[in-house]
Formats: sequence, structure tokens, C-alpha cells
Amino acid sequence: MQHKPIVACGVLATAVMAIGLASWFPVERPNDDAELVTVPPGSFEHPRPGEFLKDNRPVMAPRIVVKLGAPLEIMKYQVSALEYGRCVAAGACKPADKSGSGNVPVTGVSHIDAEAYANWLSRQTGASWRLPTDQEWAHAAGERFRGDIEGGDSDPNNPAQRWLVQYRTEASLGRKSDPDPRTRGAFGTNSKGVADIAGNVWEWTSTCYVHATMSTDGREISTSIDNCGVHVVEGFHRTYMSNFIRDGKSGGCAVGTPPDNLGFRLVRERLNFVQATLRRFGIS
Amino acid sequence: MLTRREALIGSVFAAATVAAVSALPATASPKEVAGLPREKVKPVAPPFVHAHDQVARGGPKVVEFTMTIEEKPIVIDADGTQLNAMTYNGSIPGPLMVVHEGDYLELTLINPDTNTLAHNIDFHAATGALGGGALTLINPGEQTTLRFKATRPGTFVYHCAPGGPMIPWHVVSGMSGTVMVLPRDGLKDDKGKPIHYDRIYYIGENDFYIPRDESGKFKKYESAGDNYDDTVKVMRGLIPTHVVFNGKAGSLTGENAMKAKVGETVLIVHSQANRDTRPHLIGGHGDYVWEQGKFANPPAKDLETWFIRGGSAGSALYRFRQPGVYAYVNHNLIEAVELGATAHFTVDGTWDDDLMTQVEAAKPISS
Repeated sequence: MQHKPIVACGVLATAVMAIGLASWFPVERPNDDAELVTVPPGSFEHPRPGEFLKDNRPVMAPRIVVKLGAPLEIMKYQVSALEYGRCVAAGACKPADKSGSGNVPVTGVSHIDAEAYANWLSRQTGASWRLPTDQEWAHAAGERFRGDIEGGDSDPNNPAQRWLVQYRTEASLGRKSDPDPRTRGAFGTNSKGVADIAGNVWEWTSTCYVHATMSTDGREISTSIDNCGVHVVEGFHRTYMSNFIRDGKSGGCAVGTPPDNLGFRLVRERLNFVQATLRRFGIS
Repeated sequence: MLTRREALIGSVFAAATVAAVSALPATASPKEVAGLPREKVKPVAPPFVHAHDQVARGGPKVVEFTMTIEEKPIVIDADGTQLNAMTYNGSIPGPLMVVHEGDYLELTLINPDTNTLAHNIDFHAATGALGGGALTLINPGEQTTLRFKATRPGTFVYHCAPGGPMIPWHVVSGMSGTVMVLPRDGLKDDKGKPIHYDRIYYIGENDFYIPRDESGKFKKYESAGDNYDDTVKVMRGLIPTHVVFNGKAGSLTGENAMKAKVGETVLIVHSQANRDTRPHLIGGHGDYVWEQGKFANPPAKDLETWFIRGGSAGSALYRFRQPGVYAYVNHNLIEAVELGATAHFTVDGTWDDDLMTQVEAAKPISS
């Protein structure tokens, strides 16, 4: 699966140049104060994101065992309005659509905005920040991971059955809309020590939306088409949003419950010695 | 009757009332009406409709309803935006009242002293006295009873019309509803053949005009009176901030989605007291549609979208042929999706492959 959206390539190139400059001219850096949680390596069962067909019919997302071999350094909290505001002040990020301030998660931001912030933060800190993949997010979410609201395998004689099951499942969750972001930490921490998972801010990931066709035995994917104009969004449930959407409500599909808010948190890539040196000289 | 008229003389309606008095039709004498059988009906909140006969049993009767006006704040969207609502019987729209042609509809309207405003009711189904508006203006702490003869079959809007600029403001604050006058022998198709419905749903569409503060956020007001000046400014722009069904974006979705089964015939009554709309059932049709809502006219057939004029109620009859989740929208899709005018039907039953089949699901383009 392709993880880097094409749209980010141009931004990346700019970032590389900027890192080069930053190494030679000392610039004022923001406090590198994002609190991180290190989630130990582990393996877990995970429903793949996207839409899956078998024998020409929609089926449940296949569950795979994901093994993450390295510790995951992820922000304990979602990026705050204050933190994001620094990127806006530096001219590297567009102002968010929602005017929360201070220690609340920034909301009203698109995938494009989240990528811009990650690139800016990487330039400022010399570290490598990026959005988590869907699997990394699920690993950090632990027991709070829900995945898609599924309608099960499609009944070959009645495709409507799946739509009705999905609709009723979602309705029965009875989640009321909850539009106002709270102070960070308001939704508590999970067993991994990560805060505000599955609260009222859904989070962008770096994983692209995919249409995949399963082999007849259902064991592997025979063909798949990525659409990296749409990314996986994680939170109370898993959904998919076009990169430019900043308000989940207007980006939702016709029937399902849309995210209350769109925000993000980042992971810090561990660089080996060579990578770190290259980055220091602006060659990475 | 006299005391009510006296109370109204001297109000803003004096002229209208005098005109109305002289226009009162000489119908059945009060004595004759007094001799008619009476039926008390308890109104039911939308999208449901009180139990009723589709074909009248027996002769004309007096059908009694009581509605209490409630002024109360309600939330109209997922963002928690508040409307200082004015409602008939606590719901937006007010309850659907069903009678038969030739029946008398007798409404007792109560304006409790917990309210702050004067209200009345203008029945489009009624004849004279500004639809009854001139005879029903009541202050908080008052009640009134009006009887009118249902002379024309169809779906008709009723709304509050307490004079001048109060009229549109009360209506866009939620004060409207529908009366359905059925032909005594029930509904008929375009060829005059009787048709009946297994279920009836009642949708009232509202355009709301909520003022915003300097930062663009919707404002909240303590009471209806506080919002009047700001609201009128938004109203005069004629662009609603919300266009919703049954008082709230999402009021007929999720757990509250309307239900039906394949093979069932559903009558959808749709009222809009103020502004034009164009209902559309996504994935379905209108088998028989009384676009103007008046049953003496033959219904139009096989419509994709129908037009409900502001200030009227229409109805569409549809037999569901395919299971699934249907969206029922105002097919100005901006109003449906961005402003809120979307409802859902969940329909159980057997899929008809002949009507539709997926020949090939999404796959990579074959070269």
C-alpha cells in the first residue's frame, strides 16, 4: 500500500531546503514540548481499512495480524490550537477553521494542514515528525480502537441487507454529536497512556483509502486501487475523508454519522545515526 | 362567539374582524351542528399521524382537537445551535389533524401564561376570518375554540399569523402545521380508482434564520423577544441559515429514520409554510403525487421530484419496491446536505434483481 500522498511531495521538497537553511542560520525554535508516549512494540489483530470485495460483493474488512517491531513515539495529546498557532504565525500553516485557542486540540484542519504542520515541526526541531499510519494509530489506541462500523458480508441475494445492518448498527451506538473541543486530557488516557483517543476529535492518518478485491479463498488481496486523495481518519469510529476537508460534518458520506471534528497527532520517527547526520545537513 | 369577537375589536385586527363577521357563511345552523356526532382526537407528534379512517364511516361529524402553544428553546443542528421556538403542541411542525370533507374541525387553542407572546392560528383549509386568525388571537393565559367546516379535500397548511411583522417571525420560529381533509370515500388515483396507504408520514419543512455574532457563530438568546430585531435582519436577506425537516437537522435519521417494508404503500405529507421546496426520494419515486395537495385534482404520476409551494402542503404516495436506506431530501442539494433538509427511510424486504443488479463491482479499469 502506498502511504505517502502525492500531494505532500512538493511540500517535502520545500522542507528539505528549509532544513538545509536552518542548519546554517540559527533560528528561534519553538519549545520542543510535545509530550510523547512511547508505545512498546507489539502485535495485534486489525481490520484493514478500506472497502473489500470478494466474488464481486462487498465483504467485511479482512483482519490481519499487525506486528510493529519498533517502539512507537507518539504525541500523548492531539496537537493543540496553541501549538498549531505557532506554525500559522510562522507562515507555514493555514489558520484552522475553528477558532479554539490554548490547550484545546486544534480542529478544523485538513490532511493537507496536518502534513504542513508535520513538515514545519520537523524543520523547526530537526526531528522527523509525521502522521501515524492507520496501524500505528490503532496500536496506540489500544482498547479504544473501534474500526469501521461494519455491515458484515453482503448477502448475495440482497445487497440492501448490508446497508440496513450498517445503518442500524451506527444508529444503535446512539452517539450524540459533541462539537465543542475540550481541554486536552478531558477524555482521559487509555491503557497505553495516550490521551483523548476516541473523544470528539477524529485524527488524520497517513494511510490512503483503498478499494481491494480479495482472492476467492479470502486470504489475500488480488487487486487494489489506492486513492490517496482520501485518507483514513480515526477516532470513535474509522472513516475516510478527502484530503482538503476540514469539517468532518461536511465531508461525511450521505448516511453515516460524521466526525464531530478533525484534528491530528504526530509520531516522531526514530532516526538512526546516518539518517540523523544527513538530516542535520539537510540531506534527507 | 360574541365575547371573543368583542375581545378582538380594538386590536390590530379590528378591520379584518369586521370583514370576517360579514363574511361568515350561512352554513348548517348551530343547532344542526350541535346535533352532529363528536369525536375527540388526541394529536400525535410528527412524523406520525393520529389513527384515522381513510374512508369515512357514517356522516359528517365534529372532530375536536386541543393544542397548547409552547414557547421554548430547541436545538436545531448538531452544533447545538439554538432556536427560540414557538410551537403548536410542542412540536415543529405542529400535529397533523385529519378530518373528512364535510366534517367540522373544532380546535381549542391554549396559550399558557408561561408564554410571553400572543398567538393565533390561520387554517388554509378554513373559509373566512383570515383562516380563523381573526377569531383566535390569544394572550398568554387565554384559550379559545374555533370550529370550521372542512369543505375542500386536500392537505393544507396552518400557521400563526398574529399580525404584521409578527406573522413571518412566528412562522419561521416554528409555528406551522398541516390539516389533511380526506375525501369521504378516500383517495383516488388519476382514473378515479380508490387507493389507500399502509403508512403515513408527515414532514414539515422549516427555513430558519439564526443571527450570528461578529465571529460568525450563531447567537443564543434568552427568549424569543430578545432575538426579534436580529432575526428580522437575517430574514430580510431571504437566505435561511437552516432548512430542516421536523424542526432539526437529523430529526428523521438514525434511530428516528422512518420505516417501511417492501410492498407497503406510504403517503408522505410534506408542508412548507413559508418557502418553496422540492422533495425527492433518492432511489424511489412518487407513484401518485398531489403536488398542490388538493385531492379533488387527479394526482400526477411517476414523478422524480415534486414542487411544494411555500405556504402549502402536498402529498406523495409511493409503494416501496426495493429494500435499503433511502434518503428523502429537498433536492436543492445544498439545502439537503449543508442546511439540513435530509430524512431517511429504512426499508426491509426482498431485493428485486430485475429492477437493479450490480453486474460488476468496482475493479481496476480493464485495458
